[in-house]
Amino acid sequence: MTELALSPQAPVTGPPLLEARGLTKHFPVHAAAGAAGGLGGWARRGPGRGPVPRGRAVHAVENVNLSLPQAGITAVVGESGSGKSTLARLLARLLTPTSGELLLHGRPARAHGRRDYARQVQLVLQDPFSSLNPVHDVRYHLTRPLRVHGLGGAASLDEALASLLERVALTPAGQFLDKYPHELSGGQRQRVAIARALAVRPRVLLADEPVSMLDVSIRLGILNLLGDLRDRERLGILYITHDIASARYLADTIIVLYAGQVVESGPAVAVTDHPQHPYTQLLLSAAPDPERGEAVELRGRGAPPSLVTPPSGCRFHPRCPHAMAVCSQQMPGLFRAGPDHLSACWLREQAAATPGNLAPDQGGGG
Amino acid sequence: MSAASAAPLLEVRGLRVDYGVGDGAIHAVTDADLMLHRGEVLGLAGESGSGKSTLAYAITRLLRPPGIITGGDVRFHPEPGRCVDLLEADAEQLRVLRWSQISVVMQSAMNSLNPVMTTGSQLADVLEAHRPGMSAASRRARAAELLQMVGITADRLGSYPHELSGGMRQRVMIAMALALQPQIVIMDEPTTALDVVTQREILEELSDLRDRLGFAILFITHDLSLLIEIADSIAVMYAGRVVERAPAGALFRAPRHPYSLGLLSSFPSLHGQRRRLAGIPGSPPDLRQLPSGCAFHPRCGYAVDRCSVQVPPLLRLDEDGGRVAACWRQDGSAPPPPELAAGLHGRTSASAAGSSLPDRTQAPRAPAARADGTGAGAEPVAGSSPGGASADLGRAAPILGSQP
Repeated sequence: MTELALSPQAPVTGPPLLEARGLTKHFPVHAAAGAAGGLGGWARRGPGRGPVPRGRAVHAVENVNLSLPQAGITAVVGESGSGKSTLARLLARLLTPTSGELLLHGRPARAHGRRDYARQVQLVLQDPFSSLNPVHDVRYHLTRPLRVHGLGGAASLDEALASLLERVALTPAGQFLDKYPHELSGGQRQRVAIARALAVRPRVLLADEPVSMLDVSIRLGILNLLGDLRDRERLGILYITHDIASARYLADTIIVLYAGQVVESGPAVAVTDHPQHPYTQLLLSAAPDPERGEAVELRGRGAPPSLVTPPSGCRFHPRCPHAMAVCSQQMPGLFRAGPDHLSACWLREQAAATPGNLAPDQGGGG
Repeated sequence: MSAASAAPLLEVRGLRVDYGVGDGAIHAVTDADLMLHRGEVLGLAGESGSGKSTLAYAITRLLRPPGIITGGDVRFHPEPGRCVDLLEADAEQLRVLRWSQISVVMQSAMNSLNPVMTTGSQLADVLEAHRPGMSAASRRARAAELLQMVGITADRLGSYPHELSGGMRQRVMIAMALALQPQIVIMDEPTTALDVVTQREILEELSDLRDRLGFAILFITHDLSLLIEIADSIAVMYAGRVVERAPAGALFRAPRHPYSLGLLSSFPSLHGQRRRLAGIPGSPPDLRQLPSGCAFHPRCGYAVDRCSVQVPPLLRLDEDGGRVAACWRQDGSAPPPPELAAGLHGRTSASAAGSSLPDRTQAPRAPAARADGTGAGAEPVAGSSPGGASADLGRAAPILGSQP
């Protein structure tokens, strides 16, 4: 049996490959977009297109710190609108942060040229049905990045393509090189998309919901592929997902995002087995779980807040079953809940004062 | 869960649906057998292309060309002793039955709601069409009541779909489906596009409403792990065929078809040791070029020679026919592989909360990989008959055509 092939709690040391410090992204809102969280016009509004009325903005990502170590998978878990895809785009430098710092190999991202940065940090998108160009074959998709980055000499090109496809377990390569996206299954398309990202030999892979469009029976193949890439090629991988069970399965570290803010982070099993933040507990209690014996009790119903006018203090406080006065006044800092396990919750501060007070082991107790 | 003894509400037998005609026809549903009882939640699980949505559209006769029903029976029993053959029903009969007896909730609420009508007028529209005697005021009152039933305040009657969140839209769809108090609600991936918290809230409401109103649900989804929690019984489809049917708990604890086993092993667990899962090798077949014999055999770790030659019928695995599986390894000629005989997951009873959960996250292995457990050595599992299928399978017989 291949027990522990996923190396839980992989010893992750060394300086991070990619690090974000206080990363923040606000999207300016057009005046016509309305107050009730409508995001109507924001996307059309580029910089330099005139002043933004009244300074309204969607607070999509707020003060996020994270570091992607070599040979480690960091999962970002959150619901739609939590800012997880914006975070991926910030890390890929497709968006310019409003504030905060991005460090690659310890040096500011700006110090790397755009092309050099793209060579080291690659993004894999959610939908392999739209991220591949339908009028081009696999060979074209894989050759482009090599050409653009000046990596493929004509002589070694075929070899390079074959080894790329081998790395994503599409063999024999000859069978796939001349295929068009419509001739491939969803899983195979996603493998091609990953191969395309791997073509430039990046150090960091940002995978934005890479399996959510795929059939259940082939998801594991892609997840295991990401795990193998971490182990074999020592890639630093950011795995963005809404499925906390798959994050537990694959990742070394889990970061839980709510309304653009990190509410909890820590070793994957610690976060899912002993969730500290009430939002993480809510997420776990809502997740499908056939092993759950009794009915779920959802604590913290409702929906995420408007990010144009986010709640004061902790953004979860309007829904939080434990909310106290301080929660609506002040954003909690990150409190230590265990080794490398942090929770942005005032309860944690209390618990530190009175030991053993708060250990609501809700997620594992079913 | 004990609904199996009651009279069926909906019977589907040998249903076949093709897309197109002649040699090029795609057999989207082949010989599907289903039984839905009063107040039951029947889960229909399968991947894309397995025919689960086609089956639902065929049952409701909503299939669009080139979809053609080429065989089988769909019988609806609105009350004991009365039977309507849905496949023979004419347009007027269907008009009366649809929505008032059988309603449908589609996956994409945004596309199911009319963007230029308020929720209130869409709800009233249903009532106006089916309850001609109702006054406008009472329609409005009923619409408000329906919204409140699904947890939306009545002041949302004047809202347009775009003013509602995804979860609220789906709730409006559910309210609309329940407007005429149907006996059957068919739900096609009703929560797939929603966040987990919203999904859970809606499922809870649905379960409360079912307890109160007593309708039966045909719940279609690809998410087997969710289905096990909410369904009474589950039918698993693969490549257009129902390959296994069982009570939800039994399917989870002790799947009998290799595909069900593989699907269950494709969902990472939220508990216990992390182990590498294998999923199912390969991908779902192209319906235009189905493998010979059992369509699953190229991906199956348990396949024997016969599997590539002959299509296995649904074999009865227990006395009352609550468990059936279409797998040659269950035909009684030889003990089935241990993983398909007892419970792979070896769960203790659900009441043993707090005790350490046994690990269920093992990958399906090739039979040879496990030399320690022959069929006889497989341990019995709480809740399933000891020895399971292996001992009694001398009697296993195809249930198709053997109606009581």
